[in-house]
Amino acid sequence: MTKLETFLDSLEASQTPNDIQSLVEALRESYGVSNAVYHAVNLDGAPYAALTYSPEWMDHYQEQEYVRVDPVVRGALQHFHPMDWKRLDWSNKGSRAFLGEAIDAGLGNQGLSIPIRGPNGQFALFTINHDSSDKEWARFTEESKRDMMLISHYIHKQVVKIVIPEGDRQHQPLSPRETDTLKYLGLGYSRGQISEKLSISEHTLRVYIDSARHKLGALNTIHAVTTAFTRGLIAY
Amino acid sequence: MIKYIYADALGAFPLLKETMLKDRAVQFRDRLGWNVSVDSNGFEVDEYDDMNPLYVIYELPDGSHGGSMRILPTTGQTMVNDHFLDLTDGVEISSPLIWECTRFCISPNAGKLAGKVAAALMLAGCELGVRFGLDSSVGVFDARMVHIYRRIGWTPEILGTKGEGKDSVSVGLWEINEESKAQICAKSGFRAEEAEAWFEASFPVSDAFDAMVA
Repeated sequence: MTKLETFLDSLEASQTPNDIQSLVEALRESYGVSNAVYHAVNLDGAPYAALTYSPEWMDHYQEQEYVRVDPVVRGALQHFHPMDWKRLDWSNKGSRAFLGEAIDAGLGNQGLSIPIRGPNGQFALFTINHDSSDKEWARFTEESKRDMMLISHYIHKQVVKIVIPEGDRQHQPLSPRETDTLKYLGLGYSRGQISEKLSISEHTLRVYIDSARHKLGALNTIHAVTTAFTRGLIAY
Repeated sequence: MIKYIYADALGAFPLLKETMLKDRAVQFRDRLGWNVSVDSNGFEVDEYDDMNPLYVIYELPDGSHGGSMRILPTTGQTMVNDHFLDLTDGVEISSPLIWECTRFCISPNAGKLAGKVAAALMLAGCELGVRFGLDSSVGVFDARMVHIYRRIGWTPEILGTKGEGKDSVSVGLWEINEESKAQICAKSGFRAEEAEAWFEASFPVSDAFDAMVA
């Protein structure tokens, strides 16, 4: 299993906010970075965080109201692309002073932050922070940016599942294509066979599987198939 | 020259903004006869322009708009999911690794540069996707675009089409990777370094940050 698959499997099994905190800590270990942070600024009206920064730095950040000068927060509120910290706008003197204090407090000199948005104004941010040379960091982001995009998104989905009661979440109906796809997967057909049956490319098939997973709130394909089955959306 | 500009920063480029939105009115209302709304300024704008999309814009030597497209993440609201589900067999395309690209527009003022503008836009879209680790791009396009994409060297897989002949509209999926980028470069004559330079100019590394962390 890849690092990503291992992580998504444990995420799938998580049931409490404490589990999410442990997973974020485990993520830091498995990807070998200094810090990992999931922070929902607004999760249907309330904040939520799972992170590895020191409590002292978090307290200081809140006391000083750094949210007002932190370019990561400003960038994420406005934009949707994954943001390398060195490409943010640090022209403001206050934001540079803040950066200096962050590094003094033990944060690494590199960062990647991914904005996440969901329904009802949900807004969250996932960050990897690391202490390394530019070269090493470039290698890490090149190798792992895709994983981080997926992880950020799936942590958010799982947190929503844990924190927001089932009844307040909406189930989206599956399209016939998605139902067929899951049904064939459940029957053990390979992706190649399924794409042939449905006359679509494997690339498009992957998009259909992702879309079905997304609708079912499933982090992996097996879980999507079983969820669809238990909800009576597919039958054999 | 390509610029990547978020809608909230477009005000800093008044000529580019004005000419882009007017050129969109010419292309989508006047030439294609789409049912789009044009405001009292002559600007073609819709609800997706209000969601702070990222525009990829080709700037002509005189500083005006040569062509553009509009990008939004598919984890949020998109045109394909809101209006074209009939073309995707009802599949809502939503993934952190897929962004939507719409309003692909070439200015009538691009003249004999039109082919170059179209290729530059596609290359810039691919570069953006590669840099941010995306998998695919999804888009809505009219029939005449199909051979333009082929000529540029980056063809979508068509998920569905409605309408007949030149009035048809399709939804397609482009695969984003280094090979796509290389193919566009080979066909269009652009060098990969040019696309990299466009990205660097719009998402520059901050000297102030470098100085702080050094």
